[in-house]
Amino acid sequence: MNEIIGLILLIIGITFDVVGCIGLVRLPDIYNRLQAATKCVTLGTCMILLSVVFYTGLNSIGVKALLCIWFVLITSPTGAHAIARAAHRSGIRLWEGSIMDKYADDREGAEDIA
Amino acid sequence: MIVFTSLLVFCIFLCLYRVGKGPTAPDRTVAIDILGTLVVGFCAIYSIITKKDLYMNIGISWALLSFIGTLALAKYLEGRGFDE
Repeated sequence: MNEIIGLILLIIGITFDVVGCIGLVRLPDIYNRLQAATKCVTLGTCMILLSVVFYTGLNSIGVKALLCIWFVLITSPTGAHAIARAAHRSGIRLWEGSIMDKYADDREGAEDIA
Repeated sequence: MIVFTSLLVFCIFLCLYRVGKGPTAPDRTVAIDILGTLVVGFCAIYSIITKKDLYMNIGISWALLSFIGTLALAKYLEGRGFDE
């Protein structure tokens, strides 16, 4: 039973990984690519690590897999946020089909006050 | 299991395509970040196959080192020093 649950979680995780990487190749803009790739690949890798817990049980492999889920969930969105902020501040334009840029409005307002 | 590992290798090649082609530097940084996360999943599947916890140790340290590298690259792209 545990192996069946682990196999289902593994298939879901690999599917999310493949879809995220196709989005990384296909989408037009740095911000769109970041949106697709980071969320899909984070969730997919967490599913793969959870399937390791179901396959092996809570021995030395499973507990380390739970710890690794925690690390990936903490570090991956933080890194993505840092990259997006750095890309915007280093002056990379949005795709021409984008309709709003709230962060640029916020920065202009802050500079007016200061 | 060989199907899953080969699909992950396919994902890694898609990331390497973006590293090579990406028009700007943050594109390459995103692709390197995603590649690090994919390697963690690869280590997890390999630890299922071999039933050894050595590969999970590699996965944990790879996740943390990839995070530190991503933050350093983001600081560098932003054009500031590392001590600000």
